Amino acid sequence: MKYLPLLWAQLFRKKTRTVLTLLSVIVAFLLFGLLQAVQVAFEAGADAADAKRLLTVARYSIIEPLPMAYLRRLEAVPGVVGVASADWFGAKYQNESNAFPVFAVDPARYLDMYPEFTIAPAQREAFVKTRTGAVAGRRLADRFGWRVGQKLPIASEIHARADGSLDWEFDLVGIIDAEDPAVQGNTDVVLINVAYFDEARQLGRGKTGWYILRIADSEQARAISSEIDRMFANSPDETKTQPEKEFAIGFAKQIGDIGAMVTRILIAVFFTILILTGNTMAQAIRERIPELAILKTLGFSDGAVTAFVLGEALLMILLGGGIGMAVAVSLMPGLNGATGGRFPPLFVDASTWLMAGLIALGLALAVGLPPALRVHRLRIVDALAGHR
Amino acid sequence: MSALIEIRGVTKTYRRGGEKIEVLHGVDLDIPRGDFLALMGPSGSGKTTLLNLIGGLDSPTSGTITVDGERIDQLSSGRLSAWRAANVGFVFQFYNLLPVLSAQRNVELPLLLTSLGGSERRRRAEIALTLVGLRERARHKPRELSGGQEQRVAIARAIVSDPTLLVCDEPTGDLDRATAHEIMVLLQMLNREHGKTIVMVTHDPKAAEYAARALHLDKGTLAPADGAVAP
Repeated sequence: MKYLPLLWAQLFRKKTRTVLTLLSVIVAFLLFGLLQAVQVAFEAGADAADAKRLLTVARYSIIEPLPMAYLRRLEAVPGVVGVASADWFGAKYQNESNAFPVFAVDPARYLDMYPEFTIAPAQREAFVKTRTGAVAGRRLADRFGWRVGQKLPIASEIHARADGSLDWEFDLVGIIDAEDPAVQGNTDVVLINVAYFDEARQLGRGKTGWYILRIADSEQARAISSEIDRMFANSPDETKTQPEKEFAIGFAKQIGDIGAMVTRILIAVFFTILILTGNTMAQAIRERIPELAILKTLGFSDGAVTAFVLGEALLMILLGGGIGMAVAVSLMPGLNGATGGRFPPLFVDASTWLMAGLIALGLALAVGLPPALRVHRLRIVDALAGHR
Repeated sequence: MSALIEIRGVTKTYRRGGEKIEVLHGVDLDIPRGDFLALMGPSGSGKTTLLNLIGGLDSPTSGTITVDGERIDQLSSGRLSAWRAANVGFVFQFYNLLPVLSAQRNVELPLLLTSLGGSERRRRAEIALTLVGLRERARHKPRELSGGQEQRVAIARAIVSDPTLLVCDEPTGDLDRATAHEIMVLLQMLNREHGKTIVMVTHDPKAAEYAARALHLDKGTLAPADGAVAP
């Protein structure tokens, strides 16, 4: 720590140059923070996936419904220990921009299938028993200020009631939450009781969107998937069954290979920063060769002076990186609000911070090592005599 | 006075463009503890090379250099750095202060290599600056000081860790006559009152007059200089 004032003073020797370099590092890490948040958001579904869960959807498109009658047949498949179904309701609340997912589910089966969601026992009981009941995810409830016990008027984008109206009303009987931040990010959702929904809707009765299956042994996932799809082969409603994680990744890739896009953008950004910062560092050190020779003269070892140069690079990158990441974090609430729930919730998770730290370290080494090694080799008498 | 520095048969050879140039030819020299020695000679005579060897900034090609009983010509680069930090203070013609640091911070620099805490480092730097008459300029950066003041700060930096030996390379070379006189009086005071052994390279016979004795170096060989002995 006693060297910090010296490092700091040296870093800001030429303020304009340092500030401009810092700004470029800040922008690079700001981009990193934002793009990683997008990637994490898209991969959150896959990360939260359970290896013992399979998803069965219609073979040719997820928007094709499957018969509810499949439930009993799926339950009978050896290795399957639980089955739940869900149907896409599609909802808007108050206005067009407040869109979020609503799933029509069998309450007990669905909540049993997703134990990572937490709900108070009394609220769960109320959801099971109330035909017009609905439970809202914590994030959504917080966003709209919903309270348990209120009416929940929502409009469906797809399903009309028997009278042709798209406006539905449910009783909010509970809030689902999660302890894991990745799962908590998926609580922008409302679950409604399928018993009421199926009876009240105009079209599509007796059908559901997809099935979620719990299996006893994740090693059997492929075999069970194949068996299920064979079971419904050549029927009017053929199926496609796959592990939940594969489904989540495939679903995200319908938008694009977010990971690959983010990686390519970030490589370009950091390569530019590497060249820019490396050049600045080399120039700054070249200008200070006599001063560094003086440090060596005073008794600072080759290693110590080398560490100074590396420390300076590290200080600059960590400072810029830290500010950039902090700005990215500060922008998240605003971005999440602006998307109106149409996009998975963005957040900077611990792994992103860790990656940012590692990138900063690697960048500091890459830009600091060449001048540091030059300084390490520097002969005092040559530097003092002006022979560099 | 016992010899603080013993130099025996020291040669120094440089390579310049594939050519070997022997700058010092078997120099023998004893510098007693508490001496104030001026090394004089024309440009290229090897006086700065000899000074660098005495200060542990360079190693001889052959021969031995013993300072206070320690063979510094045999020390590794790392140990030589530590030896310099503990035993030598340096004063240069162009002061060589770090421009981004205040006078106080510049003087504190050598103390960063010690285990002293921040307040003790500051206290000692203040004492050194007081000794050179610049305590009130402690917060000023080098560019805010005159040449003479900068050299005083450099001297404060050289003495702050209380080294036995001060190595001065043309300490008045960049100063006007009056300021040079002040600096030489200061060095003389450090030699006489604080017992510092001083080896100084100078072109200036006037500056050499402040030394206790002077030696002439010509083409890498030492000879006594005429009439350069302090009063």
